[in-house]
Amino acid sequence: MKVLSEEGKKITLLGNEAICRGAIESGVEFASTYPGTPASEIGDTFYKVAKEAGIYFEYSTNEKVAMEAAAGAALCGARSLVAMKNFGVNVASDFLMPLVHTGVRGAMVIAVADDPSCWSSAQSEQNTRAFSLSGYIPTLEPSDPQECKEFTKLAFEISDKFKIPVLVRETTRVALQSMPVLFGKVFKEKKERKFIKDPHQFSTMPPRVLEMKSELLEKIEKIREISEKSEINQIIQQPTTNNQQPEIGIITSGVSYLYVMEALKELDLNLPVLKLGFFNPLPEKKISLFIKNLKKVLIAEELEPYLEREVKILAKSVNPQLKIYGKSLLPLIGELKPEHLLNAISQISEKHLAFDFKKHLEKFLTLNFAKRRPQFCPGCPYWLVVAAIKKAVDLKEVVFGGEIGCYMLLSSPPHYLQDYLYCMGSSIGVAHGIKKINKNQKLISFVGDASFFHTGIPALINTVYNKSNPLIIILDNGTTAMTGQQPNPGATKSAYAIKIEDVCKAFGIKNLKIIDPINQAEFVEAVRSFLKSNETSVIIARRPCIRLKT
Amino acid sequence: MKNNFNIIIGGVGGQGIITLTRILTEAALIEGYDIKTSELHGLSQRGGSVETHIRFGKEVSSPLVRQGGADLIISLELNEGFKACYYGSLEKETIFLINNFTIPIISDKKEKITQNPSEFKKFSSRVIFVPATKIVEKELGKPVLASSFLLGTAIFRKFLPISQKSVIEAMKKILPSKHFPLNKKAFLLAEKTLL
Repeated sequence: MKVLSEEGKKITLLGNEAICRGAIESGVEFASTYPGTPASEIGDTFYKVAKEAGIYFEYSTNEKVAMEAAAGAALCGARSLVAMKNFGVNVASDFLMPLVHTGVRGAMVIAVADDPSCWSSAQSEQNTRAFSLSGYIPTLEPSDPQECKEFTKLAFEISDKFKIPVLVRETTRVALQSMPVLFGKVFKEKKERKFIKDPHQFSTMPPRVLEMKSELLEKIEKIREISEKSEINQIIQQPTTNNQQPEIGIITSGVSYLYVMEALKELDLNLPVLKLGFFNPLPEKKISLFIKNLKKVLIAEELEPYLEREVKILAKSVNPQLKIYGKSLLPLIGELKPEHLLNAISQISEKHLAFDFKKHLEKFLTLNFAKRRPQFCPGCPYWLVVAAIKKAVDLKEVVFGGEIGCYMLLSSPPHYLQDYLYCMGSSIGVAHGIKKINKNQKLISFVGDASFFHTGIPALINTVYNKSNPLIIILDNGTTAMTGQQPNPGATKSAYAIKIEDVCKAFGIKNLKIIDPINQAEFVEAVRSFLKSNETSVIIARRPCIRLKT
Repeated sequence: MKNNFNIIIGGVGGQGIITLTRILTEAALIEGYDIKTSELHGLSQRGGSVETHIRFGKEVSSPLVRQGGADLIISLELNEGFKACYYGSLEKETIFLINNFTIPIISDKKEKITQNPSEFKKFSSRVIFVPATKIVEKELGKPVLASSFLLGTAIFRKFLPISQKSVIEAMKKILPSKHFPLNKKAFLLAEKTLL
């Protein structure tokens, strides 16, 4: 496996793979994840190399459990890493907020990949930086794979020194960017790990938790001192002539930095750029010094203007005349592109652009080509489920609850079997509420096998306990298919697999059928009869994913 | 090479676009270039549009090719070629290398599926259509080899500053050994069928 190559090698890695290498070089002992694009390759890489590298790795049932497990390891003094996509942080946040207060005994890194433009995300265009601020979570933002590796190592160092979990935040264009990465030395520490009782530190009972908050704030200020001195918050291309004070500067972070550098090259400009590797805590003094004598500053960041707000606050005291440009010139919605930066920098610097982007775009938009939507794979068992449902019911009369998985494609033509869609585990929960308001309205709630184990089970218990009658179709293809066929607790091949039907039976569900959707008549009949029932009904549509290697 | 070289590869999920990207990346690396690429994973790969970016040269910052900034666009499907026009321009003298092959779009709307190929002219004076899928299907029996054939076409017609030797070395490294011989054949077939 390439991430285990020796020191001194230069190997092409994705940002996600580089995070693994960074963790390996830092002596990571424990890694966990719940798969989610654009973060999936972090877990998948560990899955492939864990044994050889002597690391414990698991696909956990959801992100909260994954984080708890990684924290448990770090509480014992180990070095752990947990990886997830942006929405995973929502799931894990209930645990994450107090964890930052107690800290850990070893070191712990949380790798998160956001997805501006929602390339592989329904739900929302969520920005994890909000959690960094509200939870006082030290956060680093790499811009390319080499930095993914180095920043992961720095995150472990900070975590080890201050006994606090540190977040490394990627975005899609960092996580799935590739470049040759220079490998460093692998650190290995063989130590027996165990939990040492210290309830004063790890039990958040009040009033102690308020003391912990004060300790947390102190830690953040100490880390801010590191941030002030750190090389990863650096001024790039300071103008060469001493007597000429630059009037325009740029502050940027993450992948936006790369577009800034590309734009300056194309415009043949030599402007000072403050590149921030730390998102939290920010080097306030360094930023103040940078903006002090400028006339104009451009803040180049994706999504919400967190840096821009901070710069506005700092400018008030050091340079109230400073013109601050950010979201006034760059989009708030969707990822940044190189052309956005070219346009913004050209506007501020009044340097003419050689290429007419507007005219080119107008010409492009006249093409009006057809959009190609993703489809179920040829041979996907979901085609059979759709066929049976179309035979069984009048589609207009049934509400279809959607979930996160390949079956999100039920929303696409020619299916149109998705009337609502929120997040993992929500399809059943919402179905229960709808059914409580109107028990006669027919409803089918879809949930995948991975989603069922992720957060579907509590909602199913609620449905049975508080008595409502949706028809829940569990699409059991024996894998977490959408993110790359990762295993899950129900994976049918494993001897340890937890059978979904056993779980349903334990909850007392009587309307329960396990049907291979190739048996269309049986499936149609079950859908029809369960839709008439006054009790919670479950059909487990069991047929393996066509991509599952047998 | 003064400036960085910018490539867009377009097509439909399942056509081998990510593999082609890996081969080109490795080949550029063998040539000693600095390189950055960008790709997308996940649900969009299920028969949806796929687009990857490859940039190489002396020093590369951005992993994304800018609007109108491609030197070479390889599209494995005609309709996806139109989508890639975003990156092509007359100013940049973009070369379009298009597989003359269409994968139907599932839609219940009466959408115009194929544009008039002459529309490409608005974005480049160098548009090359190659019936790659048809040729490899006839000669080698496997339509998925179209990507290696197109790569061969690009290399033998010197559309990019990478040698044949480097590409074959890269193919050997990137492809599973059982797939290498046939892909090499498809690649070399392009030289014989130079149009």
